[in-house]
Amino acid sequence: MKIKPVILALAATATIALPALAQSELTVVNFGGANGAAQKKAYFEPFEKSGAAKVIAVEYNGEQAKIKAMVEAKKVVWDVVEVESPDLNRGCDEGLFEKLDWAKIGNKSDFQPAAVHECGVGVFVWSTVMAYNADKIKNAPTSWADFWNTSKYPGKRGMRKGARYNLEFALMADGVKAADVYKVLATKDGADRAFKKLTELKPNIQFWEAGAQPPQFLVAGDVVMSTAFNGRIDAAQREGKNLQITWTGGIYDLDYWVMPAGGPNKDLATKFIAMASSPNEQAEYARNISYGPTNNKALTKLDASVLAKLPTSPSNSKDALRFNITFWADQGEALEKRFAAWAAQ
Amino acid sequence: MNASATLPHTQPVRTGLARTTLLAQLRRVERRKRLRAMALTLPLLLFLAVTFLVPLGALLMRAVENPEVAGTLVRTGAALQHWDRTSAPPDAAYAAIVQDLGAIPETAQAGVLARRLNTEIGGARSLIMSTYRALPLANSATPEQARVALLALDPRWGELPFWWAIAKNSSRWTPDYLLTALDLKRDAQGHIGRVGADEAAFSEILVRTFYISSVVTLVCIALGYPLAYWLSTLNARRANLMMILLLLPFWTSVLVRIAAWIVLLQSSGLVNRFLMFLGVINEPLALLFNRLGVIIAMVHILLPFMVLPLYSVMKSIPNNYVKAAISLGSPPFTAFLRVYVPQTFPGVAAGGLLVFITAIGYYVTPALLGGPGDQMLSYYVAQYTNVEVNWGMACALGSVLLTATLVLYVFYRRFAKSELSLG
Repeated sequence: MKIKPVILALAATATIALPALAQSELTVVNFGGANGAAQKKAYFEPFEKSGAAKVIAVEYNGEQAKIKAMVEAKKVVWDVVEVESPDLNRGCDEGLFEKLDWAKIGNKSDFQPAAVHECGVGVFVWSTVMAYNADKIKNAPTSWADFWNTSKYPGKRGMRKGARYNLEFALMADGVKAADVYKVLATKDGADRAFKKLTELKPNIQFWEAGAQPPQFLVAGDVVMSTAFNGRIDAAQREGKNLQITWTGGIYDLDYWVMPAGGPNKDLATKFIAMASSPNEQAEYARNISYGPTNNKALTKLDASVLAKLPTSPSNSKDALRFNITFWADQGEALEKRFAAWAAQ
Repeated sequence: MNASATLPHTQPVRTGLARTTLLAQLRRVERRKRLRAMALTLPLLLFLAVTFLVPLGALLMRAVENPEVAGTLVRTGAALQHWDRTSAPPDAAYAAIVQDLGAIPETAQAGVLARRLNTEIGGARSLIMSTYRALPLANSATPEQARVALLALDPRWGELPFWWAIAKNSSRWTPDYLLTALDLKRDAQGHIGRVGADEAAFSEILVRTFYISSVVTLVCIALGYPLAYWLSTLNARRANLMMILLLLPFWTSVLVRIAAWIVLLQSSGLVNRFLMFLGVINEPLALLFNRLGVIIAMVHILLPFMVLPLYSVMKSIPNNYVKAAISLGSPPFTAFLRVYVPQTFPGVAAGGLLVFITAIGYYVTPALLGGPGDQMLSYYVAQYTNVEVNWGMACALGSVLLTATLVLYVFYRRFAKSELSLG
């Protein structure tokens, strides 16, 4: 009986003290893997150290349905999300993302033009490129025609499961110049040509779904060449694997920070995005994974060896083309369905 | 004392409160028992209704709902009602669409409209959004001026397919999602026909889904039957131990098991290296990223679902029937086949149904272990839900799967009944 009042007193002090100890939290969602690890080092730890809030990192694989469901139900639990460019456009059009207050984020002219959007800020520039196992292939492939050339480079190829990127690569292998790819692909003949070229390679293709699979396939020897995200290959190189990249004909694109509409921590989220877009943090990110920074001021803080591996460096972006969001927003659904039908044959 | 021929329970009971017969009392008690039983199950029924039937109903509704165009392009739909679909649309339609787009209060609704029309005809998204952003148009007071202004803004407004898409979707309900899920489509006049060969994907995918599930069910029966039989012959302690081992995989997540299969089945994986070490093969077998890998992993994951119902049925079969058959002169194996096996049919049917229905809903296993020609229907439901965010199409595919499952279940009930009546 004597214990009870003591327990009550302890409980009372705990309930009063706990809110004071509780820190505000910010939920940041990204694609995980090597990208997530680099973001943790470059963005989350400085943000937490500055005392603004605790960052809860969540991984996802691009599922926009979750964001849509959250916004429609008006119960938004994700504060900042990293999305791919087609999802940025579609989400912004459909009112899923908040409009950004650029005055709080930074000077628009500091950023690459593609990184400035009314609903999002570019996080980094990444590229889908051809990667190969340099232990198995001695003379480096120089173009997508080499990727298709199974007599010169025997063995399987890894390609992403889906129509995106593969149709562009097929057209480039068929001789279309990088600058004309989307013009050709927009016509019915162009799409037929791309699928015909893919059918040539089909018996030798092993499809991958997640970004971590291509380096794994290459190291295991299942495939000799693969399309891959350049940052994942870079992460494998840092682990000591001898995988190399052919940058010609790579397709580069940006990922963006967005805030789902109706979130409860809008100001804190804007603060995070502003910090993540500043030159020092972006330079630190680029040192941890070779994705290009979107803030041009960050480039001066990087040394030459880091710059050489970025998609944005002059030598790497020479023959690259930018992923055409408008084209894929319009034609994506129909082409993906056609790809599903093609895969079944 | 009473010499009448009436039965005791129809005689009036002289109680203090009511002169009721025993039969009426019995009926009242039975009714009270029934009500009490129903009251006990009512929470479960409510829970099922809320968490199961209501979402299912919402899914079926979403497969045929078409509110995006009907809600925003009202005047345009009215203007296009008497259009013959072969000549150019009337000028009133141009004026109407300028008015309708101008009346959309938020960009969000324009975006939803653009996405909906884009699923009909690729390119509609950029057309609607660019037109919406360019409004209000100068010089668009009269219908003719509206037409000229729109065509000047984007010449695609002169192409008929966009107007067909708007006219077709002006009603609140649409069969188009369900038709697409069956590889059919409506042409401009509204006649239903098959889609072209390079777009027809879903009927093949549905057949593939059922085929893979059937193969998995048959392999599970072939592997699970001997295992369940052996388990049912063990004594209680050993049977418990074996049961724990059988259920041990449930303690790990499905994704972890799939990742383990990738490690085992890849070209330099344990299975291939072991077979090459034994000298059985020289080149590694292709066990992964094809149908064989999918079936192996699915059988591994679904085998417990087959063994458990079979085991419970086999446990309840008395063993004196087989002994009696043998004592009557039957060879042991024939006795097993003709006396024991038919008694296990309910277990086989129950386990088979459980495995089959679970298998047709699988999408993670084929997604990670299969090639693009091995994807089952749920993969495309997930694709439409998450990537294309076309929830109407996702619900339509889900409805097709649900209908096919219900049809199969009806067949199962018919078949199981006839089998039980034979046995």
